Amino acid sequence: MEPFAWRPARTVAEVAEATHTAAAAMLTLQPRPSEGEAVVVKAGGVDLLDLMKEGLLLPRTLLDISLLEELKGISALEDGTLRIGALTTLGEIAASPLIRRRYAALAEAAGSAASPQIRNRATLGGNLLQRPRCWYLRSSAHHCLRKGGGHCFAFSGDHRYHAVLANHGCAIVHPSSLATPLLAFRAELEILSSGGRSHRLPLEDFFVLPEADLHRENILKSGELLAAVHLPPQASSRHSSYLEVSERAAFDWPLAAAAVNLQMDTEGRCQYARVALGAVAPIPWRAVQTEVLLEGEILDAGRVASAAKAGLQGATPLPHNTYKLPLAVALIRRAVLAAAQLADEEGGAH
Amino acid sequence: MAGLDEDRKNRERADGDSPHSHEMVSIVLHVNGQAHPLPVEPRMTLAEVLRGPLGLKGTKVACDRGACSACTVWLENEVVASCSILAVEVGDRPVTTIEGLTGDRSLHPVQEAFIAHDAVQCGFCTPGLVMSCARLLADNPHPDETDIRTAISGHLCRCGTYPHVLRAILALGKTEGSQHE
Repeated sequence: MEPFAWRPARTVAEVAEATHTAAAAMLTLQPRPSEGEAVVVKAGGVDLLDLMKEGLLLPRTLLDISLLEELKGISALEDGTLRIGALTTLGEIAASPLIRRRYAALAEAAGSAASPQIRNRATLGGNLLQRPRCWYLRSSAHHCLRKGGGHCFAFSGDHRYHAVLANHGCAIVHPSSLATPLLAFRAELEILSSGGRSHRLPLEDFFVLPEADLHRENILKSGELLAAVHLPPQASSRHSSYLEVSERAAFDWPLAAAAVNLQMDTEGRCQYARVALGAVAPIPWRAVQTEVLLEGEILDAGRVASAAKAGLQGATPLPHNTYKLPLAVALIRRAVLAAAQLADEEGGAH
Repeated sequence: MAGLDEDRKNRERADGDSPHSHEMVSIVLHVNGQAHPLPVEPRMTLAEVLRGPLGLKGTKVACDRGACSACTVWLENEVVASCSILAVEVGDRPVTTIEGLTGDRSLHPVQEAFIAHDAVQCGFCTPGLVMSCARLLADNPHPDETDIRTAISGHLCRCGTYPHVLRAILALGKTEGSQHE
């Protein structure tokens, strides 16, 4: 790693007042930014240290927020909203009885990410803000489009793990596996900016497609701090499910993932459906067509299968990742059946 | 790609002259029950400080990216990848390495079980695996197979000792009234 100065933050106010650069906008092989322009906030540091070791991120100073208690922990607010501090670790989220009971899909996603060692350090905020895993992006030898170069190596190269939806110009998939269930739960982000101001933003509006901006995955600005995630109250009649498939059974990013949040009435009619996909698009992807085909309908295996298929409408797979389409469709189908508490008649073979 | 490599080398040379490049920070690292005051560069990982200045070479570094868990140590009562933590951020939280597992020269029950079940081949991943298994048993004295698989899921063993590790820890977990701490 290149040398840098380390500054532990003692208060949230101090971070809010500090000038710092959003790591979102910094991934580059351009000359190192000048002094004062390159203060980067560090939480768990898992992804950040990876990028720094690879020479892709060259901060002058790390502003370490990892000890700020105000940004940790899970609390139920008066209106039933669940607030999860941005520094809460994936391990804490996976083990939280409250999250396991009410927001099972989120606990499931947190518990299946990375390894126990990483889950003890990786934070919710860092999981949402981590940079994509595209191997060309992660390689200092490839001056790709997202790093300010002139060529996307994925289209002509090995793109087996890349996006099948909205993959124009750059085919990264968003790497956050927690964003998938958070999207299904209509989560909101609490963002602090200088002067101690804070605002809330739907998670759905946070991420950026390559066609809008090739160089960043989200709209977090320099000087802003992701402080917490808010989950709207979840009625006990709503059930969620998260499923993912990866090549390795342990410590691997998913090839595809699906999160579903459903409300069924006593007649087996779906009153509410929210379906999100991971690892198929440059942003966490909402399967709106699936939701439309589920809501208001009596769910049976046939209805769920056709709704699942509709979730991949408009896909533009690349030659080596067409396998992701049937994979994602199967995950949606199974996750919907699980959340609706219906038997999976096709069994585990599909 | 040669041009890019050249660019990076030039940049590194230029950075070498920066007055802030090698700023040292004085820290006190609490490892295996002992306080170690020492100066470190902010960019040094916990694994580098353990293996370098502190001479605790039992902690291995293989991938240096948090992806193989060879460098597993305990930070307080949690397993962590010491290659993915900066030494400066540890603060006064106690660190336990393979050298401090028993506090003396005796073997920990997990180490005994690894020997009894032949759970070691080349041995490079073994200290990390032992730290994960010892932590599991400290938290859950009678783990089932799923618990063990989860606990060691981050570890890469290219010799493929996994089934032996599983058997060793299952056997140890079945020992009545065993105390593993």
